[in-house]
Amino acid sequence: MVDLEHELAARVRQAGADKTPLCIRGGGSKAFYGRASQGEVLDVAGHTGVVSYEPTELVITARAGTPLTEIEALLADKGQVLPFEPPHFGNATLGGMLAAGLSGPRRPWTGAVRDAVLGVKIINGRGEVLSFGGQVMKNVAGYDVPRLMAGSMGTLAVILEASVKVLPRPASALTLVHEFDSETAARRLLGWARQALPLSGSLYHDGRLWLRLCGAEQGVAAASEVIGGEEEPADVWTAVREQTLPFFTTPRPLWRVSLPAAAPELALPGETLIEWGGALRWLVSDAAPETVRARVQALGGHATWFRGHDGKAPVFQPLPVPLMSLHRAVKQSLDPHGLFNPGRLYPEL
Amino acid sequence: MNAPAEVLLPPEQRRALVADLRAVLPSHCVLAETEELHPYECDGLSAYKQLPAVAVLPETIEQVQAVLRICRSHNVPVVPRGAGTGLSGGALPLSNGVLLGLARFNRILEIDPDNRMARVQPGVRNLAISEAAAVHGLYYAPDPSSQIACSIGGNVAENSGGVHCLKYGLTVHNVLGIKMLTMDGELLELGGAGLDSPGYDLLALMTGSEGLLGIVIEVTVRLLPKPERTQVLLAAYDSVEKAGEAVAAIIAAGIIPAGLEMMDNPSIRAAEDFVHAGYPVDAEAILLCELDGTNAEVSEEIMRVRSLLIESGATEVRTATDEAQRQRFWAGRKGAFPAVGRISPDYYCMDGTIPRKHLGRVLKRIDELSDEYGLKVANVFHAGDGNLHPLILFDANREGELHQAEAFGTAILDLCVSVGGTVTGEHGIGIEKLAPMCSQFGAAELTQFHAIKAAFDPAGLLNPGKAVPTLHRCAEFGRMHVHAGELKFPDLPRF
Ligand SMILES: Cc1cc2nc3c(=O)[nH]c(=O)nc-3n(C[C@H](O)[C@H](O)[C@H](O)COP(=O)(O)OP(=O)(O)OC[C@H]3O[C@@H](n4cnc5c(N)ncnc54)[C@H](O)[C@@H]3O)c2cc1C
Repeated sequence: MVDLEHELAARVRQAGADKTPLCIRGGGSKAFYGRASQGEVLDVAGHTGVVSYEPTELVITARAGTPLTEIEALLADKGQVLPFEPPHFGNATLGGMLAAGLSGPRRPWTGAVRDAVLGVKIINGRGEVLSFGGQVMKNVAGYDVPRLMAGSMGTLAVILEASVKVLPRPASALTLVHEFDSETAARRLLGWARQALPLSGSLYHDGRLWLRLCGAEQGVAAASEVIGGEEEPADVWTAVREQTLPFFTTPRPLWRVSLPAAAPELALPGETLIEWGGALRWLVSDAAPETVRARVQALGGHATWFRGHDGKAPVFQPLPVPLMSLHRAVKQSLDPHGLFNPGRLYPEL
Repeated sequence: MNAPAEVLLPPEQRRALVADLRAVLPSHCVLAETEELHPYECDGLSAYKQLPAVAVLPETIEQVQAVLRICRSHNVPVVPRGAGTGLSGGALPLSNGVLLGLARFNRILEIDPDNRMARVQPGVRNLAISEAAAVHGLYYAPDPSSQIACSIGGNVAENSGGVHCLKYGLTVHNVLGIKMLTMDGELLELGGAGLDSPGYDLLALMTGSEGLLGIVIEVTVRLLPKPERTQVLLAAYDSVEKAGEAVAAIIAAGIIPAGLEMMDNPSIRAAEDFVHAGYPVDAEAILLCELDGTNAEVSEEIMRVRSLLIESGATEVRTATDEAQRQRFWAGRKGAFPAVGRISPDYYCMDGTIPRKHLGRVLKRIDELSDEYGLKVANVFHAGDGNLHPLILFDANREGELHQAEAFGTAILDLCVSVGGTVTGEHGIGIEKLAPMCSQFGAAELTQFHAIKAAFDPAGLLNPGKAVPTLHRCAEFGRMHVHAGELKFPDLPRF
């Protein structure tokens, strides 16, 4: 438990006075994600500690530098979990988790990081410490600044503290695997998605479709009858979330492609791995970035150059001009001197 | 009083404005006569009434764009309105402004069962989406009690909830994307048919923004497969505290019911008289606990919840025997507001949220406040997520009672904030809760909100004066609470 709020706010005010940009850093686990940013390092990893956790309220509040492993261990003790299964990719912190906004296998069924965040304490670009939202599930007082932080890549504010909704750990879980060609897999997935089944994970790669069921014991047992397939003893879900599967360990460009679940196959050169019932597709491909983006956009989605870029190329799908102007205005409203992580998300921000 | 000051447009400016509007809209879309304007004088918070300078009911996006550009050039404020069921005065017209009604945008544009989404215009009624999706075995989860009337655009603007949001989330969790217009008439697309989008989560910012940031002109919602089985339990208690403890026990057991609602004795009696739901009228509180999922899941959970309810001291636990009885149990809860409306000339609905653990304490204090203010109160609430709806009973025809009811309401909201809650869980700030906003947020946060508003609407013409109080307004309200010996707005003059 270390409270660095005053020091961090003072650093931000100083940076504002000196016009020195800051690179906000938590555990550094997602340093690969996004574009490279220049500036003095503002280390938030030292600002640690769980501020409050009451299991029956289904909320945990912790300082941004608190390691994600510590939070997950504390929740596990009380039979609870972070419903969005955030990837760690190393020494992840709570603040970095929120700023990156990445969610794991359970996302389509229990929501993303942005869905679970209830409140934040931040430092804006004027060095002011501000609190928004709170610890209750329903709160519509004021604009939803807490959710705005999710995926903002540290370009809007320094996150000091976050309150996050948690859920009971499902009483039971079961993974089933089928051998399917890609067309059959896609068709079956869409069929199951139309039924109210206790699904909590889907993964298709190399002719195999894994499905995870979670929930009350009888419910999982009954649903496994509907879905069929072989029981999978290995924990494929952690491996896909943490990208330790051989598919991901490549120096070639890795793309994260977000699409409507029923969108047709990408039909781009390279290999794919499909999660989220079809809504998240990973692509390892040497195709030109413009080719990837154009195809994905035509299918109604967006592509992120996740790994294997040089830090200078566009990483996130470029925005239409009017939308980018609004992004700039929003950035300006929180970070008027452009101090935080310049260029990390887009060169213009 | 929170009512915005009445400032009329100079007659020649109003004439010019109406003429410009008539030039871009068919004549039946422009309402400028006093009698035509009356239906728009208030929303669901009928204590406040105001005629707009003019009302428009456009039918195409291009027409809305044209209206916005005209308002921009005349420097006239715009108040968007959906179905007008809002309970905080968000759609209250401004005397010098244009009321922009979106009710004619009432088409369902697309239902895509494979992607489990519906694309609809903002004026579509909440329930109409589920009705249209039913043939595919799908539905739209957020179900405000006003769902037969309220519009999806209004739901987005308020981030509305419903009795099922404990398990399925609020509007923000069920909207995939929107098309919006800025005050300049620029069309922007936020989100889409996938599960995330590049850049900032401006969709989250727009959701619950009460018409201050942009006009919602199309909404893409997520649809869910209808659960195989739905079952509801009704448990009666001889004290409100015990019912509150039962709520905590269910959550602690790792069960997230589809809905978990509580009513106190005055609400039970009113609802029973109104819809004959079969409620136990002698109970001090009842809980309604709905479970849904596959047949097997529901069977398993129902046994667990039943024994938890009995262990927590329920005097009676009933399970709806069939769909008709389930609907009746819910009819009492969903009809609770109109039911209370029958036993009192007027009622004032509050909407604070508190951490569940303080339920007993807060209810006790509300009871004491009820004595202090000399007004009765009936409590209905979304117990599962701590969202309270105390209904303050009063008679507006009695001298001073409205004022007294407002003061009582404000005291309740301050109480919610003091235990770590919020002044509004789902109904929004509107004009109604501007004063309590000053106790929930400090000057720096309020200033940040205004900066965000300016990023979207630099001219400040979209629904101005709602949702976020100015610092001067806070000073006028005299709501400078002393926290830890520190005044919240030390730099502002006192009145
Ligand atoms: C009996 C009753 C029960 C209710 N129960 C619930 C409940 O269970 N849960 C709940 O959350 N609410 C409830 N409400 C409140 C209300 O129904 C909701 O707030 C609803 O979302 C309002 O929708 P509307 O279309 O009527 O919006 P309006 O009242 O017309 O407008 C509400 C706000 O949204 C803005 N707005 C409307 N449309 C747009 C648009 N297209 N673009 C931008 N801004 C827009 C308006 O300016 C205003 O600020 C209840 C109300 C009543 C009368």
